[in-house]
Amino acid sequence: MKYLAEFRDGDIAQKLAADIRAITTRPWAIMEVCGGQTHSILRNGIDQLLPPEVELIHGPGCPVCVTPLDMIDKALAIAALPGVIFTSFGDMLRVPGSEKDLFRVKSEGGDVRIVYSPLDAVQIARENPAKQVVFFGIGFETTAPANAMAVHLAKREGLGNFSMLVSHVLVPPAIDAIMSAPGNRVQAFLAAGHVCSVMGFWQYPPLATRHAVPIVITGFEPLDVLEGIRRTVQCLETADYRVDNAYARVVTFDGNAPAQALLAEVFTVTDRAWRGIGVIPASGWRLSDAYADYDAEHRFDVGAIRTVESALCRAGEVLQGSIKPSQCEAFGTQCTPRTPLGATMVSSEGACAAYFNYGRFHTLERATVG
Amino acid sequence: MPSNVRPLADAPLSGTWSCPLPLRDYPTIVIGHGGGGQLGNELVEHLFKPAFSNDALDRMADSTVLALPPGRIAYSTDSFVVRPLEFPGGSIGALAVNGTVNDLAMSGARPLYLSAGFILEEGLPMAVLGRIVTDMAAAAREAGVRIVTGDTKVVERGHGDGCYINTSGLGVIADGIDIAPQRAEVGDVVLVSGTIGDHGMAIMSVREGLEFDTTIVSDCASLASLVADMLAVTPDIHVLRDPTRGGLASSLNEIAAASGVGIVIRESALPVLPQVASACEILGMDPVFVANEGKLLAIVPPQHAMDMLAAMRAHPRGANAAIIGEVTASHPGMLVARTAIGAQRVIAMQLGEQLPRIC
Repeated sequence: MKYLAEFRDGDIAQKLAADIRAITTRPWAIMEVCGGQTHSILRNGIDQLLPPEVELIHGPGCPVCVTPLDMIDKALAIAALPGVIFTSFGDMLRVPGSEKDLFRVKSEGGDVRIVYSPLDAVQIARENPAKQVVFFGIGFETTAPANAMAVHLAKREGLGNFSMLVSHVLVPPAIDAIMSAPGNRVQAFLAAGHVCSVMGFWQYPPLATRHAVPIVITGFEPLDVLEGIRRTVQCLETADYRVDNAYARVVTFDGNAPAQALLAEVFTVTDRAWRGIGVIPASGWRLSDAYADYDAEHRFDVGAIRTVESALCRAGEVLQGSIKPSQCEAFGTQCTPRTPLGATMVSSEGACAAYFNYGRFHTLERATVG
Repeated sequence: MPSNVRPLADAPLSGTWSCPLPLRDYPTIVIGHGGGGQLGNELVEHLFKPAFSNDALDRMADSTVLALPPGRIAYSTDSFVVRPLEFPGGSIGALAVNGTVNDLAMSGARPLYLSAGFILEEGLPMAVLGRIVTDMAAAAREAGVRIVTGDTKVVERGHGDGCYINTSGLGVIADGIDIAPQRAEVGDVVLVSGTIGDHGMAIMSVREGLEFDTTIVSDCASLASLVADMLAVTPDIHVLRDPTRGGLASSLNEIAAASGVGIVIRESALPVLPQVASACEILGMDPVFVANEGKLLAIVPPQHAMDMLAAMRAHPRGANAAIIGEVTASHPGMLVARTAIGAQRVIAMQLGEQLPRIC
């Protein structure tokens, strides 16, 4: 924690905010791609320190939010099967499928277990040879190496009772899709530092050049985010459309080579549907042919899934930065953490949940504790 | 007897009390222990009665007859279903006593008597039950309460998590004390008696098999004597609350709603142990929502705040006490945190338990 405290210093934060105010001459719309950054911005109140000209737009970087509905419904169907132990990270359990969520399946008798690592799921498979153990492998490039390792280990050990329901998504194609969309307002990106710690940022210069958009690799602590915004505004003000690494203590240009090699072995790039957004070409990973036996979609017959998305939910527009969560008519009324219409209201990294939980200070008077 | 089960007489029991024969005939709970016959009687005679012994209990009447001192009566009940039954810093037995004792203390009552209802699962090792009961007896002694009535039921294997315990408690509130969640007033000062989140993260680390560099120990403890010392500073404490499930955030939200006031806390003033902060960081959890079992929140008039802080810090259970915020007229019904970087955020009640984040 002593290393984290340095990146939460209130005085330095105020100075960075003053620097941002000093260099900002006109309105800018900056998208933070990662849900972890959205969470940090609203939890720490970073947006309150910014000049009104700097608008932060929350991007599609919450892995829970963008997992497509049919994949959630497949998870629900598999988890309800007898003889299956369905394992997942905790924040997937509340995500609504067409009719229910994994908590409901658990209450109805499904063996649904929260794990903290996909390797825990492999261990459960070792300990329960008579059961089929399935791990819900979602997330961006950040979580993918551990998921790849889990499948790799299972194959190496010949664990015939382990499989993974894979719905991985990739950041660069999403940036490309957002910039290419008609009506796009995004003028710069805070790229997700943890994604880049794995993948490096060699994929970004062509994007920055093609779309004339600055991309600043940014971390998650308050000072990281403020420094990322400061550099982004600097680039925008000087029309400098480049890639800048503001998270150099973690991220290198080339990234983590062994992790990338493992990912290339276990996964294959595929078109992927993003919940609320639609299919983005070459924007995800599936298990490669060599690991197809470990694909839960192949192992279980869940092809006849019919999905029903809420007609009221505008999560897709929120994820693309077209609207703020509070601009959705259902926000805070029909759609709350208790009665979520979409995943963005459920996930702790979801923009709607962050707005609901933290964002109400916009209506408050400034409190006065010294 | 299975070779992997030690007879109770050989089992390590904390404290000086040890269980006599003939419980060794059954190294685990069997259905007959709840049947009202000899086995049940032996459980009472050889386990519960020796551990909890006092005049009222030892009479073994159908109901216990108590003479209560003058004053208003505080009465509370709670059920305990924690897994695992034993954890770093405590057990379900210590929790079952301290939880109800603390609920009584939070109304300013001096806790006096407890009941103890056990629901035991067939197969529960007698050694584990012995340690749980020993912990209860020790916790009761420390809190100055007597366990004066009880009950035992046994459920079939697979129908329980080894042991559930319900405790109810009686205490007496002295004249001049009026502590209630509705009494927070604008200008009052908010104090916490020590580090937050210890219990919840201790349970999570053992339940989920998470390995951290240092062991996180539950803060499970009785707060009765700390409250007594605080009442000696002034009987005019407005609100006391032990922030158990839902943590500090839920308790302060409830107080804000009950009193119709706003509460503002400074995040940088919240005492959090480094190992708890690190564990929360790794799992994407916020210590303000994590459970405590040996901490209290106090809301007091500003003129008593510094004396109260000194009295709390002078008590072993309040050594890390801190002033963390104040009661305000703005944003009634809501809890707001001043963040480390000088902004603010609403801390809303969680829907249910916090879930670890994906990344």
